Amino acid sequence: MKKTKKLLVLLLSLALLATAFTACKSNNGTTDGQGTAPTAEGTKTPAGTARTLNEIKESGKVIIGVFSDKKPFGYVDENGTYQGYDVYFGNRIAKDLGVEVEYVAVDPASRVEYLETAKVDIILANFTVTKERAEKVDFALPYMKVALGVVSPDSALITAPEQLNGKTLIIAKGTTAETYFTENYPDVKLLKFDQYADAYGALLDGRGDAFSTDNTEVLAWAIENKGFTVGIESLGSLDSIAPAVQKGNTELLTWLNDEIKALGEEKFFHANYAETLAPVYGDAASPDNLVVEGGVIE
Amino acid sequence: MQDLGINLFFQGRNFVRILEGLWVTVSISLIAVIISIFLGIILGMVMNLKNPVTKAVTRIYLEFIRIMPQLVLLFLVYFGVTRTFHINLSGEVSAIIVFTMWGTAEMGDLVRGALSSIPKHQYESGKAIGLTGFQIYLYIIIPQTVRRLIPLAINLVTRMIKTTSLIVLIGVVEVVKVGQQIIEASRLTTPTASLWIYGFIFFLYFIVCYPISRLSAKLEKRWVSMGG
Repeated sequence: MKKTKKLLVLLLSLALLATAFTACKSNNGTTDGQGTAPTAEGTKTPAGTARTLNEIKESGKVIIGVFSDKKPFGYVDENGTYQGYDVYFGNRIAKDLGVEVEYVAVDPASRVEYLETAKVDIILANFTVTKERAEKVDFALPYMKVALGVVSPDSALITAPEQLNGKTLIIAKGTTAETYFTENYPDVKLLKFDQYADAYGALLDGRGDAFSTDNTEVLAWAIENKGFTVGIESLGSLDSIAPAVQKGNTELLTWLNDEIKALGEEKFFHANYAETLAPVYGDAASPDNLVVEGGVIE
Repeated sequence: MQDLGINLFFQGRNFVRILEGLWVTVSISLIAVIISIFLGIILGMVMNLKNPVTKAVTRIYLEFIRIMPQLVLLFLVYFGVTRTFHINLSGEVSAIIVFTMWGTAEMGDLVRGALSSIPKHQYESGKAIGLTGFQIYLYIIIPQTVRRLIPLAINLVTRMIKTTSLIVLIGVVEVVKVGQQIIEASRLTTPTASLWIYGFIFFLYFIVCYPISRLSAKLEKRWVSMGG
């Protein structure tokens, strides 16, 4: 009896130790990432530090992280080639650098990690610029902008946010739409859902008068669902979408900014829109509501 | 008939891509399984030693791997190793390392359990008829252990194959990810795509895992009839 008790205590303490050990380890992981990045740059360690412009050119290949399942921004077509608005831009970057391009499929949650560990040179994955992210990575000039959009049935189309006063607006929890309408239009009744699918379902069932979230999202949805139109295409504060590089990789960042400015002169992103987004959005959206030329948001 | 989901398989290289994805899944899990079985047997024998130091060390290792979700381990190896040691591992290599670490720990514990479940009198009877320690292991202990181990080990192998669907999160494009890419690329033209693609992937996992579990059932049966 005594022996088993002792053994139990030993096992428990070992398990505790193991967890403490893992906790420490993961903690170290994150602090290290921020702490050692500059020193690693100084000593030119091979892995974990972003490659310079020259290193990319010499290797003959630029590695770009994109989405592989977010049509029409970054996806893989039936022949296994990467396509989309982000990829169109990525191909151009490679062409202007004079190198080949290798795409790496990234997920929303790990985009920052990929840059911090230099697994990719550039992230071009519909990356919205936020203050929190800007502390960890360096954003170049924006090449796209998103705002809120409001979709409603054709029979009772909402074309201005004031029309929503006293009516029910469906939103997804935790989105910018929730904060925007709570702050600016307190008279709008909000019906909140956790999942996008539920929110769309509610709109289809007529449980609300309209639904609001990112305009890129509602525009694509309205095309799939006949009888619904995006009455308000651009509302609230504009969020910009920009390429990102590892923090401190100023050389590549400057090159990207110059590239975006130069491309603005030839209206490259409008051509990109026509090629990749227009087939999806059709006439439902105007390119000027989404595209940013030369890194300048009007 | 235009948007019938089954047509998706014949568009472009879709069908080949799914099979390529399946190959990634199968090859990574097979390599990890083979190494884990080998290392796991050794680990299980070490765990069975009466030495308190090896007992503690192996126990910590096992608990560490068991407590951590595989996803966290994947991130630790894929991103953490690059950060801390500045060694750049590809997604595939990281996946094999993590699945080997996990498989070895689980397999080791199974081997330990199977070994210690052999009653003491089996060893003693062996000694009584004059077998050496090595012979006792070869003719008495190992055959019985393997028999007890097979169903448990097979369960572990199929679990490992299925868990490889996590590796997509470290950028390895395997069968489930290829499926998601196809579904997303044809969302507007073929709304029923997900049903067809996921159905097919289910079928693929089934053809990979079913023969393995059939094999184990067969082996078990044969050994029982041989009188175990």
